[in-house]
Amino acid sequence: MTDTTSLFPKYAKSRPVITRHPSVLIFIACLALFTLGVTILSEGFGIGVISTSFVKTLGKTLCLCLVALAMDLVWGYCGILSLGHMAFFGIGGYAIGMWLMYARTEIIVVQSLAAAPLPPTPQEISDGIATQIFGVVGASEFPPIWALAHSLPLQLAAVVVVPGLLALIFGWLAFRSRVTGVYLSILTQAMTLALSLYLFQNDSGLRGNNGLSGLQNLPGLDAVPQSVVSIWFLWASALALGLGYLLCAWVVSGKFGSVIRAIRDDEARVRFLGYSVEAYKLTVFTLTAVIAAVAGALYYPQAGIINPAEIAPIASIYLAVWVAIGGRGRLYGAVIGAAFVSLVSTWFTGGQAPDVNLGFYTISWVDWWTVLLGLSFVAVTLFAPKGIGGLMDLVPAGTPDRHGAALGPDDSALREKEADK
Amino acid sequence: MNTLLEVSGVSKSFDGFKAINNLSFQIGEPEMRAVIGPNGAGKTTFMDIITGKTRPDEGRAIFGEKSMSLLSMTESQIAQAGIGRKFQRPTVFEDQSVADNLMMALKKDRSPWAVLRFRPARDDHAAVARLADEIGLTDQLDRKSGELSHGQKQWLEIGMLLAQDPRLLLVDEPAAGMTPAEREHTTDILVQAAKTRAVVVVEHDMEFVRRLNCKVTVLHEGSVLAEGSLDHVTADERVIEVYLGR
Amino acid sequence: MRHFLILIWMVALSFSALTVPAMAQNMDAPIQQLMQTHGDALAKASRKTIQPAIDALTASGLPAAQNVMERWQAKEVWRHKDTGAFVIAEEIDRDTIRIFDPSDRSEIGEAEDKAYKQLKPNSGVRGMIAAALVKFQLTDADARVRVTALDAISRDPEASHLPALRDVIATESDPDIATRMTRLERLLTIQFGADDAERIAAIAHFEGDLGVDARAALNPLVTTRVQAAQERPDTPDVLGPITPGSDALSRMDAYALLVAENLAPPLIPPGEVRAALIRNIDGDTVAGVQVATLSTDAARNSAFATLVEQGLAEPAATVQEIDTALDAFQFFEVYIGAPPTVARAAHDVLRGIEASVALNQTADLALDAVSLASIYFLAAIGLAITFGVMGVINMAHGEFIMMGAYTGYVVQLFVPDHTLSILLAIPLAFMVTFAAGVAMERLVIRWLYHRPLETLLATFGVSIALQQLAKNIFGTQARPLTAPGWLDGSMVINDIVSISYIRIAIFILALVFLALFLIVMNRTRLGLEVRAVTQNPRMAASMGINPDRINMLTFGFGSGIAGIAGVAIGLYAKVTSEMGADYIVQSFMTVVVGGVGNIWGTLLGATLVGTMQKGIEWLNPSNTLAAQTYMILFIILFIQFRPRGIIALKGRAAEA
Repeated sequence: MTDTTSLFPKYAKSRPVITRHPSVLIFIACLALFTLGVTILSEGFGIGVISTSFVKTLGKTLCLCLVALAMDLVWGYCGILSLGHMAFFGIGGYAIGMWLMYARTEIIVVQSLAAAPLPPTPQEISDGIATQIFGVVGASEFPPIWALAHSLPLQLAAVVVVPGLLALIFGWLAFRSRVTGVYLSILTQAMTLALSLYLFQNDSGLRGNNGLSGLQNLPGLDAVPQSVVSIWFLWASALALGLGYLLCAWVVSGKFGSVIRAIRDDEARVRFLGYSVEAYKLTVFTLTAVIAAVAGALYYPQAGIINPAEIAPIASIYLAVWVAIGGRGRLYGAVIGAAFVSLVSTWFTGGQAPDVNLGFYTISWVDWWTVLLGLSFVAVTLFAPKGIGGLMDLVPAGTPDRHGAALGPDDSALREKEADK
Repeated sequence: MNTLLEVSGVSKSFDGFKAINNLSFQIGEPEMRAVIGPNGAGKTTFMDIITGKTRPDEGRAIFGEKSMSLLSMTESQIAQAGIGRKFQRPTVFEDQSVADNLMMALKKDRSPWAVLRFRPARDDHAAVARLADEIGLTDQLDRKSGELSHGQKQWLEIGMLLAQDPRLLLVDEPAAGMTPAEREHTTDILVQAAKTRAVVVVEHDMEFVRRLNCKVTVLHEGSVLAEGSLDHVTADERVIEVYLGR
Repeated sequence: MRHFLILIWMVALSFSALTVPAMAQNMDAPIQQLMQTHGDALAKASRKTIQPAIDALTASGLPAAQNVMERWQAKEVWRHKDTGAFVIAEEIDRDTIRIFDPSDRSEIGEAEDKAYKQLKPNSGVRGMIAAALVKFQLTDADARVRVTALDAISRDPEASHLPALRDVIATESDPDIATRMTRLERLLTIQFGADDAERIAAIAHFEGDLGVDARAALNPLVTTRVQAAQERPDTPDVLGPITPGSDALSRMDAYALLVAENLAPPLIPPGEVRAALIRNIDGDTVAGVQVATLSTDAARNSAFATLVEQGLAEPAATVQEIDTALDAFQFFEVYIGAPPTVARAAHDVLRGIEASVALNQTADLALDAVSLASIYFLAAIGLAITFGVMGVINMAHGEFIMMGAYTGYVVQLFVPDHTLSILLAIPLAFMVTFAAGVAMERLVIRWLYHRPLETLLATFGVSIALQQLAKNIFGTQARPLTAPGWLDGSMVINDIVSISYIRIAIFILALVFLALFLIVMNRTRLGLEVRAVTQNPRMAASMGINPDRINMLTFGFGSGIAGIAGVAIGLYAKVTSEMGADYIVQSFMTVVVGGVGNIWGTLLGATLVGTMQKGIEWLNPSNTLAAQTYMILFIILFIQFRPRGIIALKGRAAEA
């Protein structure tokens, strides 16, 4: 054997993660600039060029980018086409929504009871809140799942713990029995459907199809105008997205990233290398479920309302659409896809897009946008499997160091592997 | 020489077809063993059973000093216990660089949390470099393994196998599609490896088997037909009949 | 001029009517004679005295008798104050009546109501008249009238109906009506039988009877009431003891019972503590306690205790007091619906009936499950072909079902005859969706074979586009797809088990599809080639089979079947742009649970999914959403244990 130190490979030149993955740095810089720009142009903190409702739309879009990031990690990198991540997103929203609704109703109830001749007992306050919240579904008692709703820290913990546990249990069951590929997708879709049907019931304890509402009002901060609150949430969302991006980049950059991409490409082979494929899938599935839930917890206070329809399987499929259009297997692709499709969707369905008059028929985009989206999605899948992010590959690389290309999947190889399944 | 792997009375049938029929097999450590047999003799199924890919209908497979029963372990547990396998068709992770492939195979803690925190130290880079040197891929470390030639992929897979530092290597037709010079190098690597561990080579090429210069096991219709030196088994009437037909 | 004459004539006429009362009446008509015979009884009818008059009228056999009695019951028979003549009259306004002759219903004219006295039978008498009238109706020549009468009796039975019914059974000529009459007689005997023995005999008649009416007649007999006493009396009407705090009687209900019977002091109503405190607020204190501190139940109770001490409030019963009171008494149920022997007989028969009701409900549930299973099977069978045989996952499958249903709707727009339109719609739906399937296979799926996840996404794109397209064309509201008239209604086996003809039709259609699938796959050249291509496309290609063509045809075939399924489902459910999406997950579940690549598996999967859903609905009937939720959870768990479905592909291929 030759002396190994003299063969010390050139690829292992000691470089920090950031410079090895310049896209992370660029992304964080863009995000910071974007946030700063919106703040300056906002009504709450700046010159008022951007309306508060549009700030909210942008903030919500950042949350969607975050959940798309999670989807990219689980699908683009680990190969699990989960049709359940919007369910975790929704659970996150419900968890925070419960506290928002409880705390705000509590303030209202306490105010109204203050006029009573006797000061209210805790039980009277609790009954008052329950009547306010559940009157709409004909109940006046708190279901057990609201036991923690009075406490912000506990509900914040629930944002992470509940979806995490659900993902852990579901993932353990699914991966243990080696359900893979489309079967797994169908199974996750079934899970999502079960959850949304459950929430649609009035006795689910979460107000059935009424959902939770009034979430845009922060308890105790009635004096703060929405224009300011919207910027706070924009910042929080941007921060969460930035941290989420760093986390995902860290996860996929090292050996862990190697292993999960290997699982995506040939999981049987990874098993023979001694890696417990199930444990890795479970880790990724649970981690991304938690990220999705955090995104949801930031999204719904900006949306103001959450109801079971938001959890329906179609939402999760749309999530996959965003990631596919943006370009899976690269983190910025997911962000681009989510931002692009959701903003364009808002533009088209919001009625801002000009109708096209064909003479014999007027194309109204409110009606035809979904058709266009569906067809363009087919087109992307067929003709541009790398998505919008694939355009980045057209930019000539600055150095001949081909290591950077590992961000994207090698398409021909991927297809061969998938063919074996 | 201690017995490392002991397989006894293993049977497996697919839809009534007995792929493995009451097969018994032993290998010590260190030892080199060649397994030959006509198509459909059950060589691949035999490996599948040892590596946990296929569960046999009956029989036992005991591994190591602690007498672990392989039949109750998952593929990854078996691999972690020290059984490495090279497939007939080279299967490397084409999307990733040669270095990444080797780094993944390197014998380290395999739990997700440990892997998540793992950042390669100097020793690890050195180990990868040494392996790359051994398999002649030093110049290709940065390349995507999908860009390698067929032979290089075979090498890389052998390198990954060695990186796992297994006690038992199962090698399925390692020399397929290699030039004579490459074959020679492969022989060297396997012989070298067999000095410290058990190596089972499944091969069709008698010349290659002869070069390994080891005990040979002949499989036929799912069970052992003959066992001994190559000269011994090739002299066996039944082996000749099986190979040359009646 | 002429109008004027008519006016004058009319005025004259009205004058004559008012001034010359009842002169045109035939006082000799038999009915009038009969009424005059019982004149006083009729005029001053009371329950005690009227029976002979009613009997006479009923027995007279006069054709006018029924009408007179009906009018009498309706308080439309009047009697002239002077002549005593009976007339039938309608009030025109407050002072005027129009009178008719009771014998032949001919109009006599108008009269001042002062001259007549209205016969006002009280409710008891009216009931007796009604009973007598029933007999007229039950013997009416028109069978429909008799049936209507029976309906009326069973709707609102009275004791007086019983003898009437018994009288007519023997003479009834129509066997169906006779059977009904006998049954009704037994039912009425249960309720109004003269003595216990008679009632018990009638009760025994309904042993194991599934009729709702039988249970309706029996249930009131076994009504009980909870009573409390120091010692449980040992009389026959007393049932076993009940413990307060059990499911049958909560402790609070038990105590409320004691309070109601004045056996225990009343509880303070909820809120009374609060109300008492509020009543006694003095400045900012109550009973010497600062109002502001009364924000806990403990503080309020202690302040209330002070109020009680001061005599300003009634003391509340304590928990111990309630316990003592409940311990001092025994609670038990007493039969109040019938004498104990009758009640016990009814109880025994009811128990038997309940057992067979449960059995029949199970049968009904099984029928429901079978019909739901056939719907799932119909929805899934196309998928079993495209997904099961070809391995292509088609998320737009549900939209093909929808296209089939809309095809049926459009056909009905042009062909109003429902039978003809359905017969046309089925092949048309097949053609439309076959074409759509082939187009999709050519344009999309062909490029994505061996990339199942991308097929899933691309077909999903097609799915949302098609769904929105349907919305744009047909609107969002549900469109009707009407079944032919001969499919209306349902096959009734007994009062519990029934199944609508449409469901039977769907079941038969499912069987037809199963047969069609088996024939196509096992008996035709296409099936042979499909199986060849599925198992080994290269080998098949080398033998001269064009895999491209086979894939296209197979996909078209699967899609076409989805279209026909759409017509069937559209008949049963509503046609909306989202109807496909409602079935897609269940369809996939059906295929996956059954085992991919095997039509029997799909059949079993559909049966399992359908049975499961109905079973869970039966356990929790109020909530079909919950049923679906639990069913999906069950399926997720099921896949744990049989990841390859009920009928798994075996062998080496499955292990790979």
